[in-house]
Amino acid sequence: MTTAISLTTPDAIALDRRSKELRKMIVRAIAAGRRGHVGAAFSLVEILRALYDNILKYDPAHPRWPDRDRCILSKGHGCLALYALLADKGFFPAAELLKFCAPDGILGGHPEYGKVPGVEASTGSLGHGLSIGVGFALNARLEGQKHRVFVIVGDGECSEGSIWEAALCAAKHRLDQLTVLVDYNKQQTYGTIAEVQGVEPFADKWAAFGFVVREVNGHDVSALTAVLSEVPCEANKPTAILCHTIKGKGVSFTEGNLGWHHKSKVTQAEAESLFAALSTE
Amino acid sequence: MRKTSLDMVYELAKRDSRVIFIGSDLGPDTLKQLKAELPGQFLMEGVSEANIVSMAAGLAMEGRIPYINTIATFLTRRCYEQIVLDLGLHKTKVRLIASGGGLVYAPLGPTHLAIDDIAILRAVPHMTILAPADAAEMRRLMLQTLDVDGPVYIRLGKGGDPIVSRDDLPCEIGKAIEMREGCDALIVTTGICLQLALDAAVELQNRCISTGVLHVHTLKPLDSSAIAASVSRVPIIVTIEEHTLMGGLGSAVAEIVAEAGFMPAKRFKRIGIPDVFPDQYGSQASLMARYDITSERLIAVVQHLHEAHE
Repeated sequence: MTTAISLTTPDAIALDRRSKELRKMIVRAIAAGRRGHVGAAFSLVEILRALYDNILKYDPAHPRWPDRDRCILSKGHGCLALYALLADKGFFPAAELLKFCAPDGILGGHPEYGKVPGVEASTGSLGHGLSIGVGFALNARLEGQKHRVFVIVGDGECSEGSIWEAALCAAKHRLDQLTVLVDYNKQQTYGTIAEVQGVEPFADKWAAFGFVVREVNGHDVSALTAVLSEVPCEANKPTAILCHTIKGKGVSFTEGNLGWHHKSKVTQAEAESLFAALSTE
Repeated sequence: MRKTSLDMVYELAKRDSRVIFIGSDLGPDTLKQLKAELPGQFLMEGVSEANIVSMAAGLAMEGRIPYINTIATFLTRRCYEQIVLDLGLHKTKVRLIASGGGLVYAPLGPTHLAIDDIAILRAVPHMTILAPADAAEMRRLMLQTLDVDGPVYIRLGKGGDPIVSRDDLPCEIGKAIEMREGCDALIVTTGICLQLALDAAVELQNRCISTGVLHVHTLKPLDSSAIAASVSRVPIIVTIEEHTLMGGLGSAVAEIVAEAGFMPAKRFKRIGIPDVFPDQYGSQASLMARYDITSERLIAVVQHLHEAHE
């Protein structure tokens, strides 16, 4: 079930230039909006990068292209990372990032379907995205369509009962076109997942619910790409990929720091220090 | 009424391949013809309303028109946020067929009494709310649900309700129906209370009180202009509904009357369920009697207001 990669040391991955540049895009939005879920966004960057750089089929000029792969960010509070990738790919001008949370901007603190090109579902309240993804994948199966559906959920989000209702349903309908990626950074707002409400044995839970399970270092783009290239891993079964990550990954003072889960009233100095850290670390 | 609504789903499914039925652990024979003939348009899911509603939103975003059926309380209270966000915010074409609107499940107790469904769904932008009076009207309205943008909530009565709607009057989603004209008083009603209103109006006429009846089968979008026009013509307005008095039809009509600022002021009264959890079992009829949702009460209220007016 597991690969040979060290799963317990996602911090051992040194970020390359692209990962740092994507995080700088996030910091520009945070500086403009003076707020944001920093930890969740930094945790997600490599997962989204692997998907949008190497796996998903899409056309930024035609965001609703019917044959595209669908990617739902169910943990909508990590949207700054998604915005960075979508801007980078040309779904909308990067200048939009500088209007993050502004009255005339399209990019809010949680992503909105119909407002942001490339966003497949409005999320923000946890526990909705996987069920919507089940609907997407079920329709694809009923219609004989070949596109795939990827849903990124948080580890804290997996306390929501609806996640497990959706998991049961996905297995029942044999949705091998559906893949769940869990951003398993092991922290939530109050503290660690283990402390607040543990999810272990996590891989066993997903397997028991009828999923093929893979585990991967969620900051290793090559490893993520390799695992994602395998899906569907098994005919007639959905896949769950536990991506072991570090909340706030990429800047020493945000990594594992609960104070950066959601930050409001971000000062110019804080934004500059984030930017400086990403320029040197 | 439930049978008619499900028969209509079968008809609509045959007519339009986008239609897909989703049940939540319903009886074994539910829509078996649809399942046999069009298996790709029939789903029977587990007891998981939150997932079903969001999944239906996903199906709708891909172009399907899902019709979900289960017990009204589970389809509204249980998954309210899924309705608000995945149906309302996304403006998805999902149809909720709610069994046992109001006091239908009286013997089963308060967990099964959908007495607040209209109030909580009125607050959801893009929602359409239908409460037909009988099976014939259900059929007329169901035919139109295919084309409505956004989600639709369809409130079912007990079944076997007397047919009091009329096929000679236009029946259009969003338009109230003037069932009877009157110059002394107006009864505004919805759902199966239409029969109570019509019975009361006949008796009131016998007592020389000319009473109109306005049937509001669509509670959202509310036909405010028709209601405002009808209430403007009479001095007395009484609403009746099988629903809590907090936020239902009576509240909606009160808002229209209050904002219109009629001079002289209208005499206005609401009949419905008070702010309580019903504390008895029995039958739908016995619980309606307990809360004075009867034609006798309507007659008494209108007559009292009429005498006070004179």
